[in-house]
Amino acid sequence: MSARTRQPASVSAAGLAPGVRVTRSRRSAIWSGLGAIAVIAVLAYLPYRVYSGTTSLLVNFFILLILASMWNLLAGYTGLVSVGQQAFFGFGSYFVLIGALHGVDPFVGLPIAVVGCAALGLVVWWLLSRLRSGYFAIATWVVASVCYLIIIRYPSLGGGTGEFMPGLPNINIKYLDAYIYWTTLAVTAITLVCVYLVLRSRLGLELTAVRDDETGARSVGVRVGRAQLLVFVIAAAGCGAAGALEVISAPYLQPGPAFSVQWSAEMIFAVLIGGIGTIEGPIIGTIVFFALQQWLAHYGTWYFIVLGLIAISVAIWAPRGIWGLISDRLKLFPVGYWLWPAGQRLGPPEAAVAGEDAEQVT
Amino acid sequence: MTGGPLLEVRDLTVHHGQLRALYEVSLSVGVGETYAMIGANGAGKSTLLRAIAGLDRPTSGSITLDGVDVTKLRPERRVASGIVLVPEGRRLFSSLTVAENLKVGASYARKGPWTISRVYELFDWMRDRRGQRADQLSGGEQQAVAIGRALVANPRLLLLDELSLGLAPAVVRRIYGILPELLATGVTVLLVEQDVSQALAVAARVHCLLEGRTTLEGEPAGLTPASIEAAYFGLAGPAGLPQERP
Amino acid sequence: MIWVNDIVQGVLLGGLYALFACGLSLMFGVMKVINLAHGDLAVVAAYLAAGLVTVLHMPTALSILVSIPLFAIIGYVLWRTVLQASLNRSVLTTLLVTFGMSIVIENALQQFFSANSRSLSIGALATDHFNVGSQITVGYLDLAILIAAVVVLLGLQLFLSRTRQGRLIRAVADDREAAQLAGADYRHIFGIAAAIAFGTVAVAGTAYGVYTTFDPTTGTTQLLLLFAFEAVVIGGLGSLWGTLVGGILLGVVQDIGAQISTADLLLAGQLFFLLVLVIRPQGITGSRRTA
Ligand SMILES: Nc1ncnc2c1ncn2[C@@H]1O[C@H](COP(=O)(O)OP(=O)(O)OP(=O)(O)O)[C@@H](O)[C@H]1O
Ligand SMILES: [Mg+2]
Repeated sequence: MSARTRQPASVSAAGLAPGVRVTRSRRSAIWSGLGAIAVIAVLAYLPYRVYSGTTSLLVNFFILLILASMWNLLAGYTGLVSVGQQAFFGFGSYFVLIGALHGVDPFVGLPIAVVGCAALGLVVWWLLSRLRSGYFAIATWVVASVCYLIIIRYPSLGGGTGEFMPGLPNINIKYLDAYIYWTTLAVTAITLVCVYLVLRSRLGLELTAVRDDETGARSVGVRVGRAQLLVFVIAAAGCGAAGALEVISAPYLQPGPAFSVQWSAEMIFAVLIGGIGTIEGPIIGTIVFFALQQWLAHYGTWYFIVLGLIAISVAIWAPRGIWGLISDRLKLFPVGYWLWPAGQRLGPPEAAVAGEDAEQVT
Repeated sequence: MTGGPLLEVRDLTVHHGQLRALYEVSLSVGVGETYAMIGANGAGKSTLLRAIAGLDRPTSGSITLDGVDVTKLRPERRVASGIVLVPEGRRLFSSLTVAENLKVGASYARKGPWTISRVYELFDWMRDRRGQRADQLSGGEQQAVAIGRALVANPRLLLLDELSLGLAPAVVRRIYGILPELLATGVTVLLVEQDVSQALAVAARVHCLLEGRTTLEGEPAGLTPASIEAAYFGLAGPAGLPQERP
Repeated sequence: MIWVNDIVQGVLLGGLYALFACGLSLMFGVMKVINLAHGDLAVVAAYLAAGLVTVLHMPTALSILVSIPLFAIIGYVLWRTVLQASLNRSVLTTLLVTFGMSIVIENALQQFFSANSRSLSIGALATDHFNVGSQITVGYLDLAILIAAVVVLLGLQLFLSRTRQGRLIRAVADDREAAQLAGADYRHIFGIAAAIAFGTVAVAGTAYGVYTTFDPTTGTTQLLLLFAFEAVVIGGLGSLWGTLVGGILLGVVQDIGAQISTADLLLAGQLFFLLVLVIRPQGITGSRRTA
């Protein structure tokens, strides 16, 4: 901790020393960006090549990836552990349903749901912003339960039993599936780019400072409340987008599953296993999640039990997750500063191998 | 007894994260001796005592008590072998009463002369107020309870960290007034004191730390005020150190 | 006069919440750890009681003589292995780990037991009741649960204030390092506190199984953890009697909500909790800010 707070000083000191450079992203970021575009292009082409069973599976994959990235942004960069993100997920679905019941095309309902969930996020943050740690975690859970209890009061939305969402375009199911897939892919890409941009911005730097040392960050003028508010609202909007995609891809909406704490469990497990506090972690974690789910598909909920046990073990004994184990070697989307001592040109210095990248100011 | 010193600290180095708080500090304290550590704020005195008590893990070096290496022992096991620390800032159990604080101190006590009622005799006001919560006591009273809590464990080596912290001079004098009575029961005392004259008055030997390094060690009689001042402030060292008088 | 009966029913319901809350309150008060698996552990206790009743043909009430020590052992072992290790990392890690435990337990129960709901039988006592005046009805079972809550809380109170172990637990809760300097191994003492907390969970889970039906997901769907936590917070952290007051207040508010419509029982309770959290995070009886 003291090492981290010390680093900015060394960066500014380095600015005075001749021959020392400070860069934000290494050249690999450009290659990573090109790689990402290539991956998205291949994924976008998939509906022409594979059965819709595969694309449906990928839709679920992307929904979890969005959720995981949002939870990671919240917990990994502000230290706020929410176990109630299903509140926004559920409302994302219900906003689309409400729109559809009033004749709004679900694909148009999606952005409306995102805005609605961002607004809901504002309200919830206003309620909970003074709480920390376990109080915050349980309060978010209570909020999710309140959302559920409110929704089931409305028989027009299906009450406690559920409602079919009308209004999906009346076209060949194959094309519909493809549209849903492309929409999901686009939303996922936008979400990940947003996360990347947020973390690269000044806000990202502030967030990391707050996470590492809230009091310290306050004392150097970081507006902690504002930074946390922004992230909370972004996470609410993102989870709302995931919920909207969920109801579009599976248009029978039941309040129990929509507001289930299981969603929180899925995002948390994926992030913990992949590596909390990194952009890459949720991606890796979601891949592991789906691989295990497919592999143990015939054994009921065992895959989930196994995932839970892995997540618990990782949280205790390898808190940087799978990505932490490999990230010392390479960074796909670096958002920190890199300090290049004079005369050194290649790669991170040896110190970086010793654990937390000693020379990187994240 | 081996006949050697009771406490032997050899080349002790301690880090707080990246910060190196002690640089290969060595000292030895004989049985029944009173030994004082002096030094400015942040010199590493508390770190030394905490390392001897087992709260701070040394990076290198060793600590032996009566010939037995205790370097790897957990703090609670060191209490059983006779090392007890009265920590800086007293650290009483604030929601417990005076009597309960003493009882906790006696929970894992070694056999020996000190009992709770003997502590009540040492501080005559304490018995009447044993039912009072510790956080309602004055600073001097809290310090007395903290000493009592350590004594009932029957230490062989008692570590006292800045007894005078935040106390009025008269109270400090009263607290130090009990030292002879402790020594009479065979306790060895290693104390930290920022007030150099106080340390010189009570200790058989003093040891000065400056930024984690030993700058002076010896019997008070053999030390000149100038040598102590130089060791305390490091006047021979880098300029710009605080020039406040002890 | 009908509202008097509502309040009485609310108080009785509050007894169940208080019983749930004491283990959570103890672990929160001593280790500053919120065990998010608390509700699911109670469901495990209910299944354990059901197993003891069917396999060993034990009467339900006596099954706790087996389940309390068993849960105490589980609590101690779990603390010394997983929970202490996660607390060494950070408080946030304890949240993530206990949340993970909650989900794992729930899915494991689903794997081993059918999704059918079950209940524990205690014969006629379950439905018998007596009347006070013409309007007030008191179920023997409800009363027994309230009494159980009071007995458990009283027992905890006496244990903490009168015994050597209880004193050490309070000392460690106050200042862990200072307790080490007095020779106490705080990990062991924490383990004992966890054992006691888990023992109370065994009682609460069995009581719940007698009170109503349960299934593998009851822990989260019936919000057992949330009610327990709400009782702790409403009553004020660190005060066992506050926990009883909190449980009873929650029960009464829920019962009043139920008078508006049965569906609003839960909603009323949750909104009341959020209100307390926003207006008075230190709880009704608390004086310090703890959130
Ligand atoms: N827990 C800790 N974490 C990080 N640094 C620490 C910690 N404890 C002490 N330090 C640092 O170690 C150095 C030595 O501190 P220490 O408390 O031992 O000094 P001291 O001589 O007792 O000072 P004082 O007279 O003020 O009590 C100081 O620079 C201090 O800032
Ligand atoms: Mg000190």
